[in-house]
Amino acid sequence: MTYQEWFREDRLPHIYCTGCGNGTVINCTLMAVDEMGWKKEDTAFISGIGCSSRAPGYIVTDSLHTTHGRALAFATGVKLGNPDLHVVVFTGDGDLAAIGGNHFIHACRRNIDLTVVCMNNQIYGMTGGQGSPTTPMGALSTTTPYGSAEPAFDLCELAMAAGANYVSRWTSYHVKELTRAVLTGMQTPGLSFIEALVQCPTNYGRRNKFKQVLDQVEFMRSHTVLIQKLKRMEEQGEKFPDPVIPVGEFVRRNRPALGVKV
Amino acid sequence: MMEIMEGSHAVAEAVKQCRPEVIAAYPITPQTHIVEALADMVADCSLDCEYITVESEFSALSACLGASAAGSRVYSATTSQGLALMFEVCYNVAGMRLPIVMSIVNRSLGAPLSIWNDQQDSISLRDSGWLQYYAEDNQEATDLHYIAYKVAEDHNILLPAFVCFDGFILSHTYEPVDMITQEQADRYLPAFKPYQKLDCRDPISFGMYATPDYYLEFRYEIDQAMKRSAAVFEKAGKEFFEMFGRDYRSPVEEYRLDDADTAIVAMGSICGTVKDAIDEMRDAGKKVGLLKIRTFRPFPSAEVKSALSGVSRVAVLDKNISLGAKGAVALEIKDALYGSQVPVLDYIIALGGRDVRRKDIREVVSNAEAGIGDLFYGLRTEVL
Repeated sequence: MTYQEWFREDRLPHIYCTGCGNGTVINCTLMAVDEMGWKKEDTAFISGIGCSSRAPGYIVTDSLHTTHGRALAFATGVKLGNPDLHVVVFTGDGDLAAIGGNHFIHACRRNIDLTVVCMNNQIYGMTGGQGSPTTPMGALSTTTPYGSAEPAFDLCELAMAAGANYVSRWTSYHVKELTRAVLTGMQTPGLSFIEALVQCPTNYGRRNKFKQVLDQVEFMRSHTVLIQKLKRMEEQGEKFPDPVIPVGEFVRRNRPALGVKV
Repeated sequence: MMEIMEGSHAVAEAVKQCRPEVIAAYPITPQTHIVEALADMVADCSLDCEYITVESEFSALSACLGASAAGSRVYSATTSQGLALMFEVCYNVAGMRLPIVMSIVNRSLGAPLSIWNDQQDSISLRDSGWLQYYAEDNQEATDLHYIAYKVAEDHNILLPAFVCFDGFILSHTYEPVDMITQEQADRYLPAFKPYQKLDCRDPISFGMYATPDYYLEFRYEIDQAMKRSAAVFEKAGKEFFEMFGRDYRSPVEEYRLDDADTAIVAMGSICGTVKDAIDEMRDAGKKVGLLKIRTFRPFPSAEVKSALSGVSRVAVLDKNISLGAKGAVALEIKDALYGSQVPVLDYIIALGGRDVRRKDIREVVSNAEAGIGDLFYGLRTEVL
């Protein structure tokens, strides 16, 4: 079986805008699922509301498209209701870090055995480009027309501090690394959080000087530095890109986890 | 001045003229255009107001509650799931008697997920103690905001208010809207004078425990204020009429109802379609009229009874359903007409954005004439 076989072709074409990075993240996730050898009848995809959350609708397995921000709470119920299921959550920055922030930290604290893939486009894409909790300081959105004045959340630091067993960040540019990260997350018992920065040409890029889709992809390529390397560069006083996006594996550990079959 | 405006932008302009001091809102379709426009105004300093980009609707109304308790004029807007998430705060706002005005851009409730229009969202907050006003067109949606603030903030009332108008059908439609000027708005709606507020020099507590010895009385007082608000709405409508010439004095509006055999009862934008259908039916010799409900809370039972007393039958168009019973409007109409012999037939219609055309209204009337009612109109039995 290949990852293409996980798609519900009758649901295509999808709703994503031209140049959107979400499709890449879905492909990476399905490649990891395929690599894990999970069966369709043993796998469930859960989502909340937003562009990211449309993903389960395009996948052949069972899915719950739930209310805004609550995907993790619903997924907790699914996993504990049937611990045999492999449960994957698709979410976005608005869904996970704003309206669902409380569920996020508590799912990490419980360290429940889920794979959480967050497509972070740094904006509310589906409703037309309002500022979200990951909109960088100074970035333009429809609710921050002269630039966001609030600091953004670092979702990986948040997940790590709250107790998730596996945390990593990549971008839609880093297809192979992202796929491997999702795979490692799936192999790690407990909550695995994989943040995937994605370009949103329609609602983020065009307001923030990324005229072409590839401009934002290029930004993600040239402004990302592996965490370990960044640490070394900081120690040695080397210059690194500004702003810099640390990528790679933030943590892999073995805290006691909920929902893992012994 | 008459302008062609998107419904959301006209409402945003009216809200700006009401000079709110704090706005907290969260993006949700089809409401977002209103608060985006207000965010622009705040950013451009054309509106002197704190605009908070909160993390959820629950936080939005909670921040509004706090700001209102601190003595500010406050505004928010939401719809559907967002309003559902505010449920707990809605009861608190009403219970603390905080006169917040909120636009509800009506949209259906999930599941299944639907972004399209019906009125299930605001109807579901029927019992929360918020005044509920429904607009037929963008002019009315705009004007009702000034009136809502005036009624809500009256020291004899002190209740929060929903101004409800249909998502997409009105919010995203461009129509001519006659905007009043800022000076006129200031004359109509003076600066907010809180009846009481959080003030360290004169401390008070909001929302504390009420033991069984007191709780009932709190609810009674809200209910009494709700009932008193009918007269205040009429007075605010009269003042608006005298200043600007548009008439919202009555909680209901009659259209060709005088000699009607069949009365249609409806709320919101569907009334426009109904009026056109009535004109056609009248031309064809059928005596049909409309009773439009403008204020659903408080419900104008006396006006409804008086308006419908002479008709042979009533057909209620409900864009909501109290599952297991009937549409919410039909239940109110039946209650208002209790004891009369006028049959009230209910039609659950247009849920989840299903389009309603003039021929549908004609069919509803034919059904009502044949005594067929209390049904889901336009049900596609082939997909059941």
